Amino acid sequence: MAEQECDDVLRRVHDFLDGELTAERLAEIRAHLGDCGHCLEAFDFEAELKIAIRATCREEVPAGLKERIRAQLEAEPG
Amino acid sequence: MADQADFEEQAMPFADALYSAAMRMTRHQADAEDLLQETYLRAYRGFGGFREGTNLKAWLYRILTNTYINRYRAKQRRPDETDLGEGEDFYLYRRLGGLEAAYANRSAEDEVLDLFTETEVKEAIEDLPEQYRLAVLLADVEGFAYKEIAEILDIPIGTVMSRLHRGRRRLQERLFDFAAQRGLADPPAEDVPVTAGSSSGADDGDG
Repeated sequence: MAEQECDDVLRRVHDFLDGELTAERLAEIRAHLGDCGHCLEAFDFEAELKIAIRATCREEVPAGLKERIRAQLEAEPG
Repeated sequence: MADQADFEEQAMPFADALYSAAMRMTRHQADAEDLLQETYLRAYRGFGGFREGTNLKAWLYRILTNTYINRYRAKQRRPDETDLGEGEDFYLYRRLGGLEAAYANRSAEDEVLDLFTETEVKEAIEDLPEQYRLAVLLADVEGFAYKEIAEILDIPIGTVMSRLHRGRRRLQERLFDFAAQRGLADPPAEDVPVTAGSSSGADDGDG
C-alpha cells in the first residue's frame, strides 16, 4: 500500500468516525481499509476509544431529580 | 410557535444525556443537579421561541452550555483559556505499540479500553481544559455533527475541529500517563516516529 495513500487516509480518521465525510470520500476510505490492515487497526483503535468514552460518560439522572424538575416546571406561571 | 404544554413530553427524554454532560462539565453531582434543573427551567421559559422541526436536543445542549458557562465558570478564578497546541494523531495508539503482544492475545470481544478503568477515562476527560472538554463531550459522547457543535458553542466550525483535534490529543496523552504509571507502557518519549500527518491544520479562531 502506497505510504502517501495511508497518510491521506489516516489524516481523515476523525472526520471518518465523526461522520463528517462526503459519501464519495467515505467510500474511498472504506475501500482502503478493506485492503490495508495497518490503517484498519489504527482506525479500529480510535473507534474503540470513542466508544469507550461514550460508554463511560453515560449517566442516569439521580433518583428524584426528574420529579424535582417536573415540580419546578409545574410551579412556573403558565 | 411551540406549545409550552408539550415541553415536558419532548424535553424530558434528554434528561439522562444532559445530566451526563452536566456531570463532566461541573465534575460534582450536586452542581450537575443544579445545572440540570436550571437548564430545564430556562428551556421551559424559552420554549415559546423554539422553532418546532428544528433540533430540540441541540437547542437544549446550547442552553445547558450557556448556563454552565455563565453560572459555574464564574466561580473559577479566571476563564480557562489554555491553548493546548497542535499534535499528531494516533498519539496513544502509536505509544501503546509495546503492548502488541497483549493485543495479539486479546479476544475479539476485548475492547482497547479494557486497558483503562472507567475512573481513568472520566478523569482524562474532566482534566481537559473547558473549551476542549465541551467540544469532545459534544462530539464523542453525544455524537453531534461539527456544524451542530459550532451552533451549540457559538464558535466557527474551524474552531470546533481545532478544539476536537487538540482535546482528543490531550485526552490520549492523559490516558497514556495512566498506562505508563501502571507499567503498561514506556514513559513518554519525544522521538516516537510519526507516519500520519501531524495536524488537521485548522486554526483555533478564538482570537
